Amino acid sequence: MDKPIPNPVRSALQPSSEDDSRVIVNIGPSHPATHGTVQIITELDGEKVLRADVHCGYLHRGFEKECEAHTWHNLIPYVDRLNYCSALINDFAYCGAVEQMMGIEVTPRTRMLRTLLSEYSRIADHVTCVAAGLMELGAMTAFLYLMTLRDYIYEHLADVTGARVTYSYGRIGGLARDLPEGWLKRLEEILDEYETYIGRIHGLVDRNRIFIDRMRHVGVLTPAQAINYGVTGPMLRSTGLARDIRKDTPYLAYADLDFEVPTGILGDNYDRYVVRMREMDESVHMIRQCVDLLPAGPINVDDPRVSFPDKGLVYNEIESLINHFKLVIDGPRVPAGETYYSQEGANGELGFYIVSTGEGMPYRVHCRAPSFIHMGVTHVMLEGGQLADVVPTFGSVNMIGGECDR
Amino acid sequence: MDAPLVERIGSSLGVEVGVSHGMPVVQIAPGQLLDAVRVLREQFGFDMLLDVTAVDWLGQEPRFEVVWHFFSAGTQARVRVKVRVPESEPVVASLTSLYGSAAFMERECHEMYGVRFAGNADLRPILLYEGFVGHPLRKDYPKEREQPLIPYRDA
Repeated sequence: MDKPIPNPVRSALQPSSEDDSRVIVNIGPSHPATHGTVQIITELDGEKVLRADVHCGYLHRGFEKECEAHTWHNLIPYVDRLNYCSALINDFAYCGAVEQMMGIEVTPRTRMLRTLLSEYSRIADHVTCVAAGLMELGAMTAFLYLMTLRDYIYEHLADVTGARVTYSYGRIGGLARDLPEGWLKRLEEILDEYETYIGRIHGLVDRNRIFIDRMRHVGVLTPAQAINYGVTGPMLRSTGLARDIRKDTPYLAYADLDFEVPTGILGDNYDRYVVRMREMDESVHMIRQCVDLLPAGPINVDDPRVSFPDKGLVYNEIESLINHFKLVIDGPRVPAGETYYSQEGANGELGFYIVSTGEGMPYRVHCRAPSFIHMGVTHVMLEGGQLADVVPTFGSVNMIGGECDR
Repeated sequence: MDAPLVERIGSSLGVEVGVSHGMPVVQIAPGQLLDAVRVLREQFGFDMLLDVTAVDWLGQEPRFEVVWHFFSAGTQARVRVKVRVPESEPVVASLTSLYGSAAFMERECHEMYGVRFAGNADLRPILLYEGFVGHPLRKDYPKEREQPLIPYRDA
């Protein structure tokens, strides 16, 4: 191989003038202060950021291409690896899209369980974002408190899904398995722990002079900018617009739940922190309602097109054996057509645009990844700020590499 | 589903508007794109561009289908706009003059499918690296093809 190695930095910003005071500074792609592999090239005047150019793609692994070579079922583990902080929401959004194409309505228990687990994942995701953001500002205590809490959640999710981070728990038309014995009791304990730990975070940082100075009026996004750049999720709500798919066009069981959509007032880093903290409180409130409302019953739909037959029948009955075989080898046949289905992910609108030609494998799977679209607006938030503010502002965007780069 | 919305979009744009799983679908010619999107934005309040992507219908003519999804923050309505472009001239107008979010998503669509967005000044690679040859999401790009930046070591 004598091909020259292309240099991704080379095509970056050229200095906008001959002025000696301007300097180009490259941050990343692997930088200790950015969580996620991303490269930010900035043009500075002193310490002021004049222009910023955000490069992503360092975690690109051809998710969409790979999906086209797997059956509708078999690509669920890939979907998990998009937003690995809240993998369950990805699972459920993808399954929801396929179910919409096939006209499947999930069972009441699955609907409630998916809602519960989505909100539980949302807590884990927001905890990660807040914790990492605080750590980057030097608040190691707060980081460790939140990581302790996140680990309770991860261990607890491992009890039901079998894995800590990437669960592959969603199934088209249902879930992989039902809750184990005693899971809801432990859930109640963790939600109590949540209140203790989050109370400590509020006490440590909410009115902390250093925290406010670093976060208030930093990385400001106006509602008009947010709309123009397609911003969704907590970032949009921090600007004051109460847009939330869970409230606007309820899916799963959100129509039955009582919750508020918290909003910010300034759209700065501090508001993004507050919105995430309040959203977690709302999630806890929703989880408690889900536990109360959780109906008994089956978790998988009784539909031979997607649901695997009972193992006992597979061993003893030729029709079930064939059904099982066809589902594994050929995959479920999704009627030809296309759909765009979106759920409120932890970072914003997580949409799946899927195209089927009636085969067992998708013709096209496209993920509308909120992190990627938010990377397109990050330069607006960085420009005009200080170099040191790049880190907290970037942290408050909560870019998740797996989802952004796909 | 808001039936009047589908009809109103259809009469404003002068095209047949379909409905797919509850979402209005507008199929238009490449030349009409910018005007049609402007109508959608100004008359129907579709102020948010959610998504830009493409589908490669290899073997059909025109080959590529570019797909946009719009959202109205005011009414929470959604609409899908589709344009077919041929392989010989895969060019559509860029929406960067109307929507800021178009810039990044058009870059991705450009590198993955080779669809050019006329008017987008910055079509550098975004998820791929500089020097990558080909458009990986095209159906005729083999999944197994490797373009390592650093040669593999002999094991």
